[in-house]
Amino acid sequence: QTAKALSAAKELGDVTILCASAGCSDAAEAAAKLDGVAKVLCADDAAYGNGLAEPIADLIVSLAGDYDHIVGPSTASAKNILPRVAALLDVMVISDVMGVVDADTFERPIYAGNAIQTVKSADAKKVLSVRTAGYDAASEGGSASVETISATANPGLSEWVEDKVQESDRPELTSAKIVVSGGRGVGSEEDFAIIEALADKLGAAVGASRAAVDSGYAPNDWQVGQTGKVVAPELYVAVGISGAIQHLAGMKDSKVIVAINKDEEAPIFQVADYGLVADLFDAVPELTKAL
Amino acid sequence: MKVLVPVKRVIDYNVKVRVKADGSGVDLANVKMSMNPFDEIAVEEAIRMKEAGKVDEIVVVSIGIEKSQETLRTALAMGADRAILVNAADDVHTDIEPLAVAKLLKAVIAEENPGLVLCGKQAIDNDMNATGQMLSALLGWSQATFASEINVDGDSATVTREVDGGLQTIKVKMPAIVTVDLRLNEPRYASLPNIMKAKKKPLDTKTAADLGVDVAPRLSVVKTTEPAERAAGVKVAD
Ligand SMILES: Cc1cc2nc3c(=O)[nH]c(=O)nc-3n(C[C@H](O)[C@H](O)[C@H](O)COP(=O)(O)OP(=O)(O)OC[C@H]3O[C@@H](n4cnc5c(N)ncnc54)[C@H](O)[C@@H]3O)c2cc1C
Ligand SMILES: Cc1cc2nc3c(=O)[nH]c(=O)nc-3n(C[C@H](O)[C@H](O)[C@H](O)COP(=O)(O)OP(=O)(O)OC[C@H]3O[C@@H](n4cnc5c(N)ncnc54)[C@H](O)[C@@H]3O)c2cc1C
Repeated sequence: QTAKALSAAKELGDVTILCASAGCSDAAEAAAKLDGVAKVLCADDAAYGNGLAEPIADLIVSLAGDYDHIVGPSTASAKNILPRVAALLDVMVISDVMGVVDADTFERPIYAGNAIQTVKSADAKKVLSVRTAGYDAASEGGSASVETISATANPGLSEWVEDKVQESDRPELTSAKIVVSGGRGVGSEEDFAIIEALADKLGAAVGASRAAVDSGYAPNDWQVGQTGKVVAPELYVAVGISGAIQHLAGMKDSKVIVAINKDEEAPIFQVADYGLVADLFDAVPELTKAL
Repeated sequence: MKVLVPVKRVIDYNVKVRVKADGSGVDLANVKMSMNPFDEIAVEEAIRMKEAGKVDEIVVVSIGIEKSQETLRTALAMGADRAILVNAADDVHTDIEPLAVAKLLKAVIAEENPGLVLCGKQAIDNDMNATGQMLSALLGWSQATFASEINVDGDSATVTREVDGGLQTIKVKMPAIVTVDLRLNEPRYASLPNIMKAKKKPLDTKTAADLGVDVAPRLSVVKTTEPAERAAGVKVAD
């Protein structure tokens, strides 16, 4: 994600990468090898280990004097931290940037991607989160220096309790080349296995509609859409998903969209390149077998 | 404990938005407006805390045009106790940026002294996902974003957050700003008797000038365009 955000940031000038975490020297070395990086700052401290917003925002603000732009990828973590940074700097954050027009002007989606707004910032510093789906990761080939910096005082407002993170061998949803998503039509957590089987056959990541997540068929971080992840893979397969605008907001920039739905009138067919009007319980296992 | 819930009046989530022909923005004249869905969840959570005996008073605040009163009345009908309208614009098309909203809320909080602020995680019109975090920064309070579970216990709250890859649980010091995600609860509908009762609940009006906040935008809209249309492809029957 950082390598993709870097591709956007490079358009703005020399880039310094900040790694703030507990035990982040490997990440800092890796970042230094990315093409277009001028310098890496490494703040290795337990206070940064779990991504708590308050100490990391304070650290970024303490460094902000030297920079015109502060850029992060539109991940849950950056969306937690960057608006806090912006408010401390008394500037307006610019979320989900899809395109850099010039140093002050950016394109971003509004209304669940139903309109694209070009906005110009009058602030002295710009704090942006970048929607990484539209950018390729920066390649390796750089050799920047890594500078260790010390932590700022921890305001101690919050503490970490636990993370429940799914480990998976599948590709990460927002960077996968192929995504197979299931909706309410799949009907149960057990039957979601047929979606996962197709995904594994294709080497794809698995996504879900909100209805599928709310019904407990799939974990929350699989949700694609306005309030979930935004994906733009080469191939997106929507199975048993009706195609509500909030779902389309998260996948309509995919290169090729295939929809499998038994309702011929389902709105998903209006954006699908290939639509299969079929019962998913017949079509998906058949497809998985044929591959 | 007093809870403050900011609620925003936005285009109804079922309405298909249209970009104005001159590219200045999105057409909001004569379209159905509703309470931001995330804010309904925040109001619902506050009511449940009150029902559980953890909260004494729920104050809802909206910043926008005069008509935002309707949204406040909806929140009162759901079960909030009192409402404050900060009149900061005359035209529905003039939206107030999260930084200015956060400054106005900070001024309201100085008067109200709530122990907890429950915001929506994002407003479905401008999708900035910023106001709660900015408010928390300006107040120097703790922040817990994207909450799917909140347990307030004395001077701290344990919050489970929806993050990339799964869930994270953190413990924040009170007073805190919590922004709520979709899976926190299912908001209730207001009953007709409660809608009638809500008409008599107190609703104060203030202006941005009363609160001494400059709401001039930092970002200006260069243009607004429709996203590239996708054409439907081939459809095959089974
Ligand atoms: C503020 C807000 C934010 C939201 N954010 C998101 C978001 O980020 N992502 C998201 O996805 N949604 C989001 N939603 C919800 C969205 O509006 C829809 O409710 C949701 O996308 C519907 O999911 P679905 O298509 O799986 O379910 P449904 O609309 O119920 O569609 C199920 C489909 O499955 C088909 N089907 C059923 N059985 C079969 C079968 N055997 N074979 C083939 N097809 C079958 C049906 O024909 C139907 O088309 C949001 C809503 C709100 C209000
Ligand atoms: C460059 C630019 C220029 C803009 N200019 C215009 C313009 O000319 N016309 C226009 O229509 N819009 C304009 N906007 C939109 C506007 O400035 C903000 O982007 C908008 O307020 C973003 O807030 P949000 O609703 O996305 O807040 P979020 O941070 O996503 O909202 C989160 C939560 O904060 C609370 N909240 C937010 N706003 C309010 C409120 N008003 N009252 C009470 N609670 C609230 C709610 O609890 C909400 O759920 C512009 C936006 C940009 C990016």
